[in-house]
Amino acid sequence: MGMTGAEVIVDALIKEDVKAVFGYPGGAVIDIFDCLYDSPINFYLVRHEQAAAHAADGYAKATGKPGVCLATSGPGATNLVTGIATANMDSIPMVAITGQVPAAMIGNDAFQEVDITGITRPITKHNYLVKDVNDLPVIMKEAFYIASTGRPGPVLIDVPKNVQQQRTNVTYPDSVKIRGYQPTYQGHAKQIEKIAEAIKKAKRPLIYAGGGVLISGGSEELLKLVEKTRIPVTTTLMGLGCFPETHPLSLKMLGMHGSKYANFAVMECDLLISIGARFDDRITGKISEFAPHAKIIHIDIDPSAISKNVTVHVPVVGDARQVLADLNKIVEQGDVHAWVDTIAAWKKEHPLSYSDEGDIIKPQYVVEKIYEVTQGDAIITTEVGQNQMWAAQFYKYTVPRQFLSSGGLGTMGYGFPAAIGAQIAFPHKTVFDIAGDGSIQMNIQELATAVTYKLPVNIAILNNNYLGMVRQWQELFYGKRYSGTCLARDKTCPKKCDVPGTQCPTEIPDFVKVAEGYSAVGMRITKKADVEPALREAIKTKNVVVMDFVVSREENVFPMVPANASLKQMISGIS
Amino acid sequence: MQHTLSVLVENKSGVLARVAGLFSGRGFNIQSLTVCQTEDEAMSRMTIVVNGDDAVLEQVSKQLNKLIDVIKVHDLHPNTFVETQLILVNVNCSSKERSEILQIVDIFNGKIVDVTSKSIIFEATGSGEKIESLVNLLSPFGIREMARTGSVALHKGLQ
Repeated sequence: MGMTGAEVIVDALIKEDVKAVFGYPGGAVIDIFDCLYDSPINFYLVRHEQAAAHAADGYAKATGKPGVCLATSGPGATNLVTGIATANMDSIPMVAITGQVPAAMIGNDAFQEVDITGITRPITKHNYLVKDVNDLPVIMKEAFYIASTGRPGPVLIDVPKNVQQQRTNVTYPDSVKIRGYQPTYQGHAKQIEKIAEAIKKAKRPLIYAGGGVLISGGSEELLKLVEKTRIPVTTTLMGLGCFPETHPLSLKMLGMHGSKYANFAVMECDLLISIGARFDDRITGKISEFAPHAKIIHIDIDPSAISKNVTVHVPVVGDARQVLADLNKIVEQGDVHAWVDTIAAWKKEHPLSYSDEGDIIKPQYVVEKIYEVTQGDAIITTEVGQNQMWAAQFYKYTVPRQFLSSGGLGTMGYGFPAAIGAQIAFPHKTVFDIAGDGSIQMNIQELATAVTYKLPVNIAILNNNYLGMVRQWQELFYGKRYSGTCLARDKTCPKKCDVPGTQCPTEIPDFVKVAEGYSAVGMRITKKADVEPALREAIKTKNVVVMDFVVSREENVFPMVPANASLKQMISGIS
Repeated sequence: MQHTLSVLVENKSGVLARVAGLFSGRGFNIQSLTVCQTEDEAMSRMTIVVNGDDAVLEQVSKQLNKLIDVIKVHDLHPNTFVETQLILVNVNCSSKERSEILQIVDIFNGKIVDVTSKSIIFEATGSGEKIESLVNLLSPFGIREMARTGSVALHKGLQ
């Protein structure tokens, strides 16, 4: 008798301890939905498949467990693509299941047919087109294994409708063995000794920690290392929360919008220890001038990340937590007193700051207040652009998996669905999506999802009526030619306009009405004094709250290192 | 610099597309690629010839290794492997020219596989260089069509 393919899938989800599935039905997945109907798995119906992938991403990032999304063939599958690419760039464990037209019709341009394994080949860690129902149990097991081990990533399984209906007697395997896939967790002992030697000798060492520290669960070992060696730590955007930013040796984020003191430290250090980070261009700026005086150590589980962008002196392939634990057994502190003093002085002299303008709401102020009101304990998601950078700069992240953002792909529309995923994973936590008025509209339909499942997500829109980050680049590098970036612009505006003023058309949409239209709570906040009370009311509210903070329109994110410039060339602006 | 990669992969559909996609997606140009099942029918061996400096090749090898269906990647060092190519050539060949052409074929250890009154098809194997000079020698007669494989290569001796 056995099980049908659809039953195999749902059974696998249960065996893999999947608690939540995000998705959207369609003709090619009705059989799977039919099985879900009787299963203990909580299914969350989103309003657009892209949001299913982002919600699964947010769930995965917040919990460390694979996120699961489910969509039908054709457009259902292609709508997942941006979410899958986002997860791939940020090493998020995800299993995406798509329906496919019956095997006999594949290649016939059948209704809602698309070659989704072909489309997602470069943006998944691996993918499968299931041709035989007898292969399905092993494929399901492999998919979860591949997605969540080594450097995690999304795995897509494309299941033709007839395979969902056919029966198999093959049972779900207990373990997998894939001869072409054996990630290295244990770092090489000799290499780890070399790190310890380098640390002992260094006068100006710096740790540059990325998302790999969080993924590996290595935060405690990192803290231990710092306590033993007194080496200061700067993190990437993806690494925020892997080291408490309240710690005196935290330099917050480095790179394009990093703190001045973090970038100073990179330029001056004589030893740079990169842990679970990949020397992305937003971190390094002009690569040839990055960390010019430093010997570079690179710890990463992905061998292809090592020596890809910079020449590494001591490469260590391994899991960040394990390598750090091994290192902590032998490491000794070097002579870093002068360096620690220098850094403390830099921190004092060049704090992240912004200018206050009376009653006008500064976006940075909103983020600071969110920090205060949530006592640093919220899960923060972001959209992409200025909102994302201010969220990174002005909230202090102290615990792992607290900050969820699309770092690699930079996907606008990520934050709200990711917040939904995180809120489902942690129903009692306060979750904030720090958004821009542009980004939030890319998945605003998910208000329906959040409201119907009674998820009290807080959305703080930093509304400047601009696509702010692009506008900032236009202001700084394109002679203030605001082409295509003003969201208040309408037909009555002059062809060229670089002066936002009081005569500007009314903004579209009215976010308060939008919120109310979805039975969420809407608030508009236009005065600085009202920011804190609004936030306090929002976190008490048991419903989705959309806060429309009307902020200064042409505020810029500073400091800023122009693209492909050396980290020395930081633009400070007025701050 | 030219590199010859010997890549052992799972013998499954879609693997060639993954490997080819990896090269095209990163802007690496493949000079030649040959693939066939090995002594173990669950595996295939791909012989890939690419141009690039050592850093590029290191990246290519690592990226190939990252593919789940890739079992082993070998960057074959010069002088440590044997390599051969196969060519099938259809050359214009009047009765007058026949003896001259047959002589060339003989020098290159070629084998005649088809003869008509106006043309001749033969096959030859050897290094890329050898095949190249054969083509040069035959061009004056007029090559009607030719088909040529990329390199197949194996590491010498025991590994």
